[in-house]
Amino acid sequence: MMDVRDIFRSSFARALAALLFVVLIGALFNAEGAFFRWDTHRDMLRHISVFGILACGMTLVIITAGIDLSVGSLVGFSAVLFSILSLQKAWSPWLAIPACLAAGFLCGLTSGSLVARFRIQPFIATLAMMVFARGLAKWVSGGKKISMAVLQPDGTYKYTEAPPVFDVVNAKILGENIAVVTLIFLACVFLCWVILSKMRWGRYLYAVGGNEEASRLSGVPVAATKLFAYGTSGLFAAVAGICQAAQELQGDPEAGAAYELTAIAIVVIGGTSLMGGRGSIGLTFVGAMTIGTLEKILSINAVGEASRLMLTGAIIVGAVLFQMARKR
Amino acid sequence: MAKEDRLLLEMSGISKSFSGVRVLDDVSFDLRPSEIHVLAGENGAGKTTLIKILSGAHTEYQGKIFLEGKRIRLRSPQDATSLGISAIHQDLAVVDSMRVLDNLFLGREKTRHRVWMDFRSQKARARKILEPLGISLDLEAPLCDYPISVRQMVEVAKALASKARILIMDEPTSALNETEADRLFSLILRLKQQGCAIVYISHRLEEIFRIADRITVLRDGRLVGTVRAEDLSPEELIRWMVGREIRQQFPERRAHPGEERLRLEEFFIPDPSGKKSYVVEDVSLRLRAGEILGLAGLRGSGKSELLNGLFGTYGKNVQGRAFLDNKPFRVLSPRHSIEQGLALQTNDRKGTGLVPGLSVAWNIILPSLGNYSPHGWVQEKKTDSAARKKIEEFDIKVSSPDQEVGTLSGGNQQKVVLAKWLQTQPKVLLLDEPTLGVDVGAKHEIYHLMNNLTAKGLAILLVTSELPELLAMSDRLLVLHRGRVQAELSREEATQENVIRSAMGEGSIEREK
Repeated sequence: MMDVRDIFRSSFARALAALLFVVLIGALFNAEGAFFRWDTHRDMLRHISVFGILACGMTLVIITAGIDLSVGSLVGFSAVLFSILSLQKAWSPWLAIPACLAAGFLCGLTSGSLVARFRIQPFIATLAMMVFARGLAKWVSGGKKISMAVLQPDGTYKYTEAPPVFDVVNAKILGENIAVVTLIFLACVFLCWVILSKMRWGRYLYAVGGNEEASRLSGVPVAATKLFAYGTSGLFAAVAGICQAAQELQGDPEAGAAYELTAIAIVVIGGTSLMGGRGSIGLTFVGAMTIGTLEKILSINAVGEASRLMLTGAIIVGAVLFQMARKR
Repeated sequence: MAKEDRLLLEMSGISKSFSGVRVLDDVSFDLRPSEIHVLAGENGAGKTTLIKILSGAHTEYQGKIFLEGKRIRLRSPQDATSLGISAIHQDLAVVDSMRVLDNLFLGREKTRHRVWMDFRSQKARARKILEPLGISLDLEAPLCDYPISVRQMVEVAKALASKARILIMDEPTSALNETEADRLFSLILRLKQQGCAIVYISHRLEEIFRIADRITVLRDGRLVGTVRAEDLSPEELIRWMVGREIRQQFPERRAHPGEERLRLEEFFIPDPSGKKSYVVEDVSLRLRAGEILGLAGLRGSGKSELLNGLFGTYGKNVQGRAFLDNKPFRVLSPRHSIEQGLALQTNDRKGTGLVPGLSVAWNIILPSLGNYSPHGWVQEKKTDSAARKKIEEFDIKVSSPDQEVGTLSGGNQQKVVLAKWLQTQPKVLLLDEPTLGVDVGAKHEIYHLMNNLTAKGLAILLVTSELPELLAMSDRLLVLHRGRVQAELSREEATQENVIRSAMGEGSIEREK
């Protein structure tokens, strides 16, 4: 006979248990039935998508026993860059999107090379990139929000039309049920799943996180693996930045502040170990649902911001403890 | 004899299961004061589980434990320590960056008013503990300034500082050379004179018979027996441990060396830690197909460094010429060396040999993953069947290929290491302590494996600190002393005396200093 406890030993089941825990809270505090309506959860999916995209890249980095604090700033930088290119310079999205992705990828590679080649601790290297990229966002934008109101040489403002790409990213399909950003998030999850479970690089990520020296002596290209992880994280941050700009119809140089913390929370609450070598993208997806549902519950119950932050902190601890209790 | 019959500790009817698998079955064990009691058995026999119960690390078990006739139940390692039971594990529980003094009192600091550190009385107590043991250390120096043997002694002293009456030592000599081991044994004997009871786990026969008063043998989680050491012969002990007859400790070795595989000319390896200039100096050697060339030498003689330097562990910063199959070979990186047909089994399974959190199958495939992933896509069916084949070939005991490698016993882990390197189909295999921390049965399998591999034309460069093993398995020996070749000995010339004499540097003209 199968022991019930064996089911809980699988980390995926534990992640689901944490989600269930949050859903139960929602059922209890359902804000007069609001929690049971589909559009509540549809909004949640749309809201959590940008964070989820960041968490995908974060998962790859955390599996290598690293951390990427720069993703929030990169969201701001790429949101600004995308807005400038699309709104002010009127670039075609076929050029603007790849340019933004390349910029994010390069920033990620830079943090990656600081970690891999110069052996700076991931926390420090990406902290530096976090500060640097925020500065970059402000420098490129001149410290102002890049909106559809474009300043002309004669000092007047001209309002441009938002290019169609903004509407496409911001749209909802299937009878307004699924947002395009959610689809982008799901695509990122799928891409990470392919990388982690089907490709050589995925195995290298786990191996480097599990035992770097043993991996190096087994011929694993450790430096390239880390570059890959941080580069991909930067790339996903750029994707998130583009989505953010499309949702807000502007490029805010302050956008994405502290997003990295939510992304890390999603990965951790999913059950991927910060020690590296363990975890999966499926866990991160469940983690995103957990955090998203949690935030939604607090917002439908009209909990004020101060209490919301405190409650979120407490519930994250509760959910993680809940997972650990099952592990023993 | 009444005094001797008084039991300090008695464990009776101890049973323990892990997720339905019984690892200890009705085992009894006892300790008298002033006794060294060796606990013997193959890997997986249940020794570690038993001492983990005794030291409070496993708290769920069946059976009874009595300390001086009083029934006790241990709920944590702290419980055990406060009752005077201390365990010294293979992985030392010391903080290298802290001072010797801080380590001695770690967790039980002496304080005034529970707040203020009382260094003066700590120092006085430290001297009181260390002096009778004949250890002189700078209490203010950070522990990392001392070699591993001293750190181990600090851990013993730490146990004494917490008034330990029962000391549990799990393979304490596995990281020590012979002089260091000798020093540890005299320390253990002194502890015994002071009235301590010592539970000692070891795989080394000579050491067991050197210090044991009594021996308890476990096999497959069951008690085989407890006897006085003088009533058991080494042959009987082996039979008790493996449950079958192993006639010779080493299989017969017949070598038919073929073509030259590896040649080093005037090989120099700079010290990776940068302390001295070279760890290997001016070494030249030839290794032929089907041959096992043994490297002898004391710890620090550069034998392990020679393997690592050649493999590229320290990077491309080596000097001299190397030839593989008569073609020039450049040391660049481990990855390059693997591609060229070298494989290195390192002397540290957990640290550099395996990725403990990954599965057995993934570990076996890791160095050859490139061959199984055209354009980056892993061919799961092929890797799966390759891993299964190796598991079967090496008789690795796993519940499934997906089992985490860190959960296997030492012998099985070592087989995974060997399997992963043979999966790369190397031309030259560099073995650094292939039987370290491995039980008698698995040792035998590894010796047979070495014979089979060389019969198929593989060349092996062997480093091992167990001299009998080195002499039995090597076709030729190079003795290193301070990074240089001190002597080359044929199988006939290679006696224990000859090797030790050269290893200690006799015959060398020391011009330095």
